[in-house]
Amino acid sequence: MTALFYIAAVVAVLSTLMVVTRTNLVHALLYLVVSLFAVAVVFYTLGAPFVAALEVIVYAGAIMMLFLFAVMLLNVGADSPLRIPSWAWVGPGILVAVLLAEVVYGITRQTQPLAGAEVGPAAVSEALYGPYVLGVELASMLLLAALIGARHVAARARDEEEAREAATHRGAAAGEASPERDAGVPGAARGSETGVTGQGGEA
Amino acid sequence: MADVSLDHGLVLAAILFAIGFAGLLTRRNLIVVLACIEIMLNAAGLAFVAAGARWGQADGQVMFLFVLAMAAAEVAVGLAIAIRFRQSLKSLDVDDADEMKG
Amino acid sequence: MLSLLWLIPALPAAGFVLLVLLNRRLGRAGTALIGAGSVGLSALVALLVCGSFIASPPAGDAYHQVLWTWLDVAGFAPTIGFYLDAVSVTWVLVITGVGFLIHLYSTEHMEHDEGYTRFFMYLNLFVASMLILVLADNLLLLYLGWEGVGLCSYLLISFWHKDPQNVYSGRKAFIVTRVGDTAMIAGLFLLFTQLGTLQIQPLMRAAEEAWAPNSGVAIAAALLLLGGAVGKSAQVPLQTWLPDAMAGPSPVSALIHAATMVTAGVYLIARTNVLFELAGDARLVVAIVGVVTLLIAGFSALVQHDLKRALAYSTISQIGYMFLALGVAGWEAGVFHFMTHAFFKALLFLGAGVIIEALADEHDIFKMGGLRTRLPAVFWTFTIGAAALAALPFVTDGFYSKDLIIATSLGSVDGNLWFYFGSLVGAFVTTLYSFRLVWLVFFGERHTEVTRRPRWRQLVPLYVLAVLSIIGGFVWLPAWIGAFHPLEDFLDTALPPMEWAGQYAHFAESAGAALLIILIVYVGIGLSYLLWMPWRQSTHAFAESPAVRPLVAFWTGGWGFDWLYDRVFVRPIRWLAHAGRADVVDYVPRGIAWLNLAAWRGLSAGQTGRLRAYVAVAGFGVVLVLAVVVLR
Repeated sequence: MTALFYIAAVVAVLSTLMVVTRTNLVHALLYLVVSLFAVAVVFYTLGAPFVAALEVIVYAGAIMMLFLFAVMLLNVGADSPLRIPSWAWVGPGILVAVLLAEVVYGITRQTQPLAGAEVGPAAVSEALYGPYVLGVELASMLLLAALIGARHVAARARDEEEAREAATHRGAAAGEASPERDAGVPGAARGSETGVTGQGGEA
Repeated sequence: MADVSLDHGLVLAAILFAIGFAGLLTRRNLIVVLACIEIMLNAAGLAFVAAGARWGQADGQVMFLFVLAMAAAEVAVGLAIAIRFRQSLKSLDVDDADEMKG
Repeated sequence: MLSLLWLIPALPAAGFVLLVLLNRRLGRAGTALIGAGSVGLSALVALLVCGSFIASPPAGDAYHQVLWTWLDVAGFAPTIGFYLDAVSVTWVLVITGVGFLIHLYSTEHMEHDEGYTRFFMYLNLFVASMLILVLADNLLLLYLGWEGVGLCSYLLISFWHKDPQNVYSGRKAFIVTRVGDTAMIAGLFLLFTQLGTLQIQPLMRAAEEAWAPNSGVAIAAALLLLGGAVGKSAQVPLQTWLPDAMAGPSPVSALIHAATMVTAGVYLIARTNVLFELAGDARLVVAIVGVVTLLIAGFSALVQHDLKRALAYSTISQIGYMFLALGVAGWEAGVFHFMTHAFFKALLFLGAGVIIEALADEHDIFKMGGLRTRLPAVFWTFTIGAAALAALPFVTDGFYSKDLIIATSLGSVDGNLWFYFGSLVGAFVTTLYSFRLVWLVFFGERHTEVTRRPRWRQLVPLYVLAVLSIIGGFVWLPAWIGAFHPLEDFLDTALPPMEWAGQYAHFAESAGAALLIILIVYVGIGLSYLLWMPWRQSTHAFAESPAVRPLVAFWTGGWGFDWLYDRVFVRPIRWLAHAGRADVVDYVPRGIAWLNLAAWRGLSAGQTGRLRAYVAVAGFGVVLVLAVVVLR
């Protein structure tokens, strides 16, 4: 079990590094899925099977699916023309290194063993429907708000898209050749924009 | 149950958080930025769970649940915004949104 | 009767106020009435008060009238108070008497001037200030009068202000006397901080008790006051302003720059005689200043072409005699000469005014000539004045006072041979230049015609002053004529008596010394006649000859003082002003503004509008906070 913890930890760290450094967007997201799986294993080794399952189902399952669907909607190209220059990592690297050093220093000043017992789903649900029931309700309200908000924001995008299309079609019908018109035929459902295939400015 | 000490778990969480933060500072693609935010949230949740395991209580896991719910909500709205972003700025480069300049 | 003392300065002050208030509404007659009338009334009151003082002297030979306390701060409480003793009586009578005559003269002289009311306004203010100066019972009030007369001097010198040259002259006078005034105020500070009061009589007593004779602080205080006196009385080295002050109207020259204001320095030293008695070295400086000035100015007067400038240098020279007298502790002699000088110098200036006006503003004596027949009244009065200046023996008051000073310079307890010879040479030169004026202006062939004749308001003052110039000396006859010296007895009540001491004292007092002076005067008159009457052409040629010409130019320019001051002071200051015209101090506020803008630019450059930059900054902040927390 202890070995499993360290192996899963290493996998998590490595795959997270890959997420951050890949230029191909889909590759990065898939590496993120791997990282989330590894963290789920870590949860299991820590004696928290419930959240391990939750991590896989919700995080790796739902949230990452959301990411991938958005990528598909945005019609992001497979490869970006621009690379991340190596010198761009220096500044953030230093800052993050200092941050990490401080936090690790603060953490490792004292060492404490884990309790040793597994905290199963039963205990968690008892806590959830016990003292944290209000939090649960609020969380569900939050999700409802996010749902409505996301739908609203996205729908606006679609409406504007349609209005622009109508304007350009009208211009074409009146005899003017609009140069932007033929750079891709935007479907209302797809919502991607003219001319720029591939994500802009991927560095 | 693994026989690890608390600080190892917390250090793992710190490392994951640091990587996510570095990615946030460096990457310019909006989707990748959102992904880095997810990494950081995940690391925070890991820290909570590890702390809960230290005491053998469910509170850490409950906190992780809330973090999870919040992350999901955030991703939903964030991606919707990304769609709008792409629509008005014609690219997914975060640096292009600099109207607050000056 | 003595309680009317305060009216003496108050009346001219009231005249000033009335003229200011009623400025535009008064005609010539009204202005003349108020302007000359106020001084006339003041003269009347002065006669009454001083007459009462002389006839029945109050206790202690002094009358002190306090009107109110000026201010009272931390123990410093100067009063508005007037102190009448023999010295101030002399000055008051001269100021009001001669002042009234000059006012009367001005009502005629300035008649065609558009600034008529303004003129009398300033003149009244001047008389009021001068009276405050001489009557003040404390040095602060004296300084008030001092500054007042300085202001009026400036206003009146630049009276015809449309011509910038006149304004420059006024400005020069003000600035040069300012130098002296600064020394004086420093002296007042010194006196106050050392002795705790500025009331003159208590101050003098405190000085006597607190300071040892010839102590450093006494000498310092005396020298600082001397600085002020030198400035106001136009002595070396601050004498450069007086010749240029002739830019003002002639009555101004007569009143301010001959009879009264320039004698303020003499008054100051006489008033604080205790201090100068205490500081023997300072007194020596006074005498040296006096003798040097009288010689320098005398030679300068000898070569002047401008009538009023010649008289101005003559004034400087004669005040040098007064300073010499004071310096050798001949206090009464100095006061005596002040009085006689006021008479004949005012006379000379008023006469010069008539002449200049008659010849349509001609100042150059070489363009005058032959006026004896045309302006006979002026001729006789002017000649009397010149004779008094030259100390014509027995019949002029100048003889008695100047003879006394020359004798004192030798025989007084502080006298010495150098002073004696200096004053003798000075007397000889005085004779030369004063009669030079007479010969050149009134004799010889006429170069300019008389276009305007004086009338009674100008002539009467001339007559009165001429009479005074003759009889004014009879109040103090020298010892070898007879023991008639009521003036000396009178002044002895306020000033330390003159002491004759030393090996030359007996000779100095004797008839022999006086004979020497008489000889010098007659030789001088004769020589001047020869030089400027039959030998006029040769004298001109001699003065123009290449060997002599530089010397003449040097004397005409006042021995190069103006040139020196221009090089040493004026030019560097102008250069500094020009170099600093970028207003260096302005860089401070401008720099602050620039700094603000630069900071703004710097800070707004940091607002890139980019998300990542903001996150980076937030992260940096987190790092710092964590560092504080973790490393505690």
